[in-house]
Amino acid sequence: MATTALPGHNYLQDDASTVGAWFKSWFLTVDHKRIALLYLLSINVFFLLGGLAATVIRVELITPQGDLLSADLYNRAFTLHGIIMVFFFLIPGTPAVLGNFLVPLMIGARDMAFPRLNLFSWYLYMAGGLFALTAAIFGGVDTGWTFYTPFSSTYANSNVILTIAGAFIMGFSSIATGVNFIVTIHTMRAPGMTWFRLPLFIWSSYATSLIIVLATPVVGITLLLVAIERIWGVGIFDPALGGDPLLFQHLFWFYSHPAVYIMILPGFGVISELIAAFSRKRVFGYEFIAFSSMAIALLGFLVWGHHMFVSGQSVYAGLVFSFLTMLVAIPSAIKIFNWTATLYKGSISYRTPMLYALGFMGLFVIGGLTGIFLGIVAIDIHVTDTYFVVAHFHYVMVGGAIMAYLGGIHYWWPKMTGRMYSEVWGGISALIIFVGFNMTFFPQFVVGYLGMPRRYHVYPEEFQVLHVLSSAGATILAIGFIIPIIYLTLSLWTGKEAGNNPWDATGLEWQVSSPPPTHNFLEIPVVTTEAYAYAPDAAEQDAANWRPGSPL
Amino acid sequence: MRRGREAHPPASRIPHPAARILVSKEKILATTTTTTSPHGHADHGHAAHGPELQHHFCTPAQQKEAATLGMWVFLVTEVMLFGGIFMAYAVYRWAFPEVWAEAAYHLNTPLGTINTVVLLVSSLTVALAVSAAEAGKRTRVIQLLLVTMVLGVAFLGLKAYEYSEKFSHCAGYSTPAQWVGGGEQHAVYECLVPGQAFLFPADKTTGVSNAPTVAGQGTPYQLFFFLYFVATSLHAVHMLIGLTIMGYLAFITWRGVITPTYFTPIEIGGLYWHLIDIVWVFLFPLFYLVH
Repeated sequence: MATTALPGHNYLQDDASTVGAWFKSWFLTVDHKRIALLYLLSINVFFLLGGLAATVIRVELITPQGDLLSADLYNRAFTLHGIIMVFFFLIPGTPAVLGNFLVPLMIGARDMAFPRLNLFSWYLYMAGGLFALTAAIFGGVDTGWTFYTPFSSTYANSNVILTIAGAFIMGFSSIATGVNFIVTIHTMRAPGMTWFRLPLFIWSSYATSLIIVLATPVVGITLLLVAIERIWGVGIFDPALGGDPLLFQHLFWFYSHPAVYIMILPGFGVISELIAAFSRKRVFGYEFIAFSSMAIALLGFLVWGHHMFVSGQSVYAGLVFSFLTMLVAIPSAIKIFNWTATLYKGSISYRTPMLYALGFMGLFVIGGLTGIFLGIVAIDIHVTDTYFVVAHFHYVMVGGAIMAYLGGIHYWWPKMTGRMYSEVWGGISALIIFVGFNMTFFPQFVVGYLGMPRRYHVYPEEFQVLHVLSSAGATILAIGFIIPIIYLTLSLWTGKEAGNNPWDATGLEWQVSSPPPTHNFLEIPVVTTEAYAYAPDAAEQDAANWRPGSPL
Repeated sequence: MRRGREAHPPASRIPHPAARILVSKEKILATTTTTTSPHGHADHGHAAHGPELQHHFCTPAQQKEAATLGMWVFLVTEVMLFGGIFMAYAVYRWAFPEVWAEAAYHLNTPLGTINTVVLLVSSLTVALAVSAAEAGKRTRVIQLLLVTMVLGVAFLGLKAYEYSEKFSHCAGYSTPAQWVGGGEQHAVYECLVPGQAFLFPADKTTGVSNAPTVAGQGTPYQLFFFLYFVATSLHAVHMLIGLTIMGYLAFITWRGVITPTYFTPIEIGGLYWHLIDIVWVFLFPLFYLVH
């Protein structure tokens, strides 16, 4: 086993002699890389908790009768699943873990612009998480993750306030991260790192941060108003008080639709990096991919009404929102086509991150195209609140965001830890996840189209085959998620030493040692080339040099 | 292009480029401590810059640019936060214009006007504090910041009086003083604090002929006062934060942190104060002057 010592003076090294000093060096750290690791651990814990709730849901749905959970308990289970996965895993996931780790490294900076704010954002995240977990322990919430009024503000008799407080606090954690990214990308770029030399991950992180900064405060004030209405019985959403529940939905989706792009945009950035690195080519149409991220960020603010086609909003508003929703397909398709063009004549190696990237492309296309179905008012009315919708957003959120997150974790794992993971197990689990994912969610398109409503725990017997298929797939998916946790953890002790640049990739982060030194760059680098400056003939040379036994 | 392999920067900060000295490995090891110390300045020269330059920045100009941009981006989030309330306001005012026109009569416009003046003057004193800081007049900076704080407290005091007026009406007294001192009961019962007891009396002064004689909870009248209380108290919370910041700025100025070359804290603190001021400039006409 390779147990050679990692390069000295890396950020993981502790000179702490006492336990107290060790705690201080981690829990009061202002190093963006250590904060990224704090986030990595805590976010994965929340992911497992959300997965646990999903397990309960899938087990209940094996039979048409409600035999495991009562209707009320089932409501609490899917609400817990939604709230944890959305607010505490998907939204902070890629930005707070990979973004925190990579943004300063990729642009040639020593740290984020506001290191202490960065640490504070992690504490806010944990505080928000604790509120949400406390709510779950004391009985949970049954409003669904959308907190629709007046149910949430007046009639629900579960822990709405605690959960809302959790989401509210977590929002400020997001905002802190977003402000930090924007300022860091604007002011901390190394000399020569012009906007059009930035890695595409930075572009997508920038677009994500713009959404975070513009949208999150709105849901903050909205949740605050719901809380006030619930605590003091005065407010503006409950019709009994003269208010309009539709206003809540507008304000909520004004955040929560862009929030969907907060979840997927960083994933796009990760995929751009992976595709380029494992095709050994510069990304095709760099500027188009960069601007398509910005276009998605902008359009994301104009389409919230497609969540409200059946809520009683004006038909004309529905038509406009429908049209704008279909516009989102353009920048999304630009990305997919450009990645495909990057693959063309590339020297593709099927390493684990690349498997995730390719899986992402296929699954995101399905998720995206069904999004266009749902954007059409007539079809949406037919499938509103059915499993078709559930399948659609899981294709985007799990098949898209989580695939990209896992691909990114594998790709940068050698940089984060200095060690390689097991490529064999990596490949196996990527395939297991792909198979399990499709088996879980594809049947849901069918069952949804046939009329199975979401959020019901009792259903007609003719749907049982599809539900059982879905639950079986979820088991496979769960196994696929657990395997990486095991081999990635083991790699910390048994993994081969990675070296500075195990993938032979471009990018400033691969030029520092693995793990990077505490301050990233002893001397601020001077950038003279574009991103993805692979030699024009890199692909041909790779192909010529390939021998049996080389990595695929 | 293999950088960053051979050495570990001392303490928590990288030396400023101008101050970068080649240090022997032994020295580096000896000075490597935790990464958390916010002021690990002891081990390198400060010939080229003042103590305020954080070590992940290359130049004071870069640090200033980052701080200023950071504050502006934060102000954008504040605008969006209040934006949610303004949105709700717009929706309901568009739905119930006559209710808004009538309800606005029941706010204390003279006090609101005085408060507007108070806040505008406080913005002036903050702006003067920034230019005094630039000129290096330390005492003047502290004086101006303290004046700002006094004005801010005065604003909050007047606001609190306005609130207590509304609450004393709900309790049945015409003024807060009578409520506390046990004076006479109000002749006409009205309660403009949203809640179970909310009761909006018809007002003769408005000239609206079809106004209801009384309107309780569940009527649009409550929406106006709810938005008024939420918006102004959210604003008041921001005032409290602003007062804390002003106090902190006065303190660090007194400690000598602020110099003619480094007064970014005063500048960005001032930006925050101006934002609070601007929010009020919108709140005042939207609530007090729409009749």
